[in-house]
Amino acid sequence: MATTLERVQKIISEKLDVAIEEVTLEASIREDLDADSLDVVDLIMDLEDEFGLSINEEAAEKIAIVQDIVSFVDAQKANT
Amino acid sequence: MKRRVVVTGLGALTPIGNEVVTFWNNLIAGKSGLGYITRFDATDYSTRIAAEVKDFDPLLYIDKKEVRRTDLFVQYAIAAAKMALQDAGIQIDDQNAERIGVYIGSGIGGLPTLESQHTVLMEKGPKRVSPFFIPMMIGNMASGLVSIHTGAKGPNSSSVTACASGTNSIGEAFRLIQHGDADVMVCGGTESTITPMAFAGFSSMGALSRNNDDPQRASRPFDKERDGFVMGEGSGVIILESLERAKARGARIYAEMIGYGMSADAFHLTSPAPDGNGAARSMLAAVSNAGLELTEVDYINAHGTSTPLNDLYETIAIKRAFGDHAYQLSVSSIKSMIGHLLGAAGGIEAITSVLALYHQILPPTTNLEHPDPECDLDYVPNEMRKASVRTAISNSFGFGGHNATIAFKVYEDV
Repeated sequence: MATTLERVQKIISEKLDVAIEEVTLEASIREDLDADSLDVVDLIMDLEDEFGLSINEEAAEKIAIVQDIVSFVDAQKANT
Repeated sequence: MKRRVVVTGLGALTPIGNEVVTFWNNLIAGKSGLGYITRFDATDYSTRIAAEVKDFDPLLYIDKKEVRRTDLFVQYAIAAAKMALQDAGIQIDDQNAERIGVYIGSGIGGLPTLESQHTVLMEKGPKRVSPFFIPMMIGNMASGLVSIHTGAKGPNSSSVTACASGTNSIGEAFRLIQHGDADVMVCGGTESTITPMAFAGFSSMGALSRNNDDPQRASRPFDKERDGFVMGEGSGVIILESLERAKARGARIYAEMIGYGMSADAFHLTSPAPDGNGAARSMLAAVSNAGLELTEVDYINAHGTSTPLNDLYETIAIKRAFGDHAYQLSVSSIKSMIGHLLGAAGGIEAITSVLALYHQILPPTTNLEHPDPECDLDYVPNEMRKASVRTAISNSFGFGGHNATIAFKVYEDV
């Protein structure tokens, strides 16, 4: 079974047209991966579908680097 | 004093060629781009034929991420605009960017996106509608994204006048250069609406040909057996440039743009006015704006949609405008080969008019097999013709009663 990071990497790589290797835990979504505000909204929709969870606006605003997404997803999973 | 304006670049994406040279060669050879619809399952539709662009690769012009964020009509416009700029040999940089503008019209905009996102809304609810839905759909986005992808920072707008959008956009761009607002305009039309909703809607209007058994003969402007238009798609973009700038850089000049006119029928939602009054006044306005005598017009690139009404009323309008000279000039409709590209039609037909002057060749009206006694002009039937052509005008008429005409002539260094 793929890890959370692997699944997040796959989605980001496809959405933002970047190589999987570029999607490191430290990578900034907006700066390193070149996502604009619309890409981020689009990405969040895909993440919600992939992991079957809901990311509210407050949580979405806190997402800056890939690690933030992985941590959020893992925390949600631990709570359920 | 108005400045002179010339055409220095051409870019096209059409059902008979994904660049201008192939398009023109196929056009004068009388080749048809019509066939069965492949974009969606049209089994249940009364019309199952269209003129699709074939083998288009957007990655030649934009990256994968941008492809995902743009509708086809925008991708077509970016492709045509980049080809036109390259053809003109114009590099946009910090020094010239603010004097180079974009004016590319679309009659309908991103209908494919509208339809797919509406399905998302119905099936998954409002929270799954893409944040790219609106910017992908709105019709001005061709001009917007062409500026983003080329760096053109001058005047930027688009006309939305249904099937006259491309011609109006070129006309407006022409004036911007004449009046000194810009030195170069990247202008024309783009459209891509081979979708279920478009075919359902146009079919309900009774506007489309139902000649499903013989697609390549379905578009037959001015022929007695015409029964409607065949929808095409693509983009046609030309580079207009002030004569001064073009001469200073030693540019190749295809032709001079000399006039623009428009009018409204003030008559009906979709039918052209039966007396040809609106269309005639549009032609007369362009001829007058160009400073031409009526007898100086050699060629009319007709709107010629292949609908029973348009072709009859356009013929009446040409006679009304030109009197006896209507029988001296030549008229042709390339929609017989590429279908009706709606908002892109004016762009492709401007390219055709310009190349007719440049090569001294009139493209034919194909499928003209059964003369209609009421359509009795010279439509250059079935075979292209070498001819001495000094001036050409191009007509486009849109639902709502918009009429637009632009005029070109052979460039002479005087």
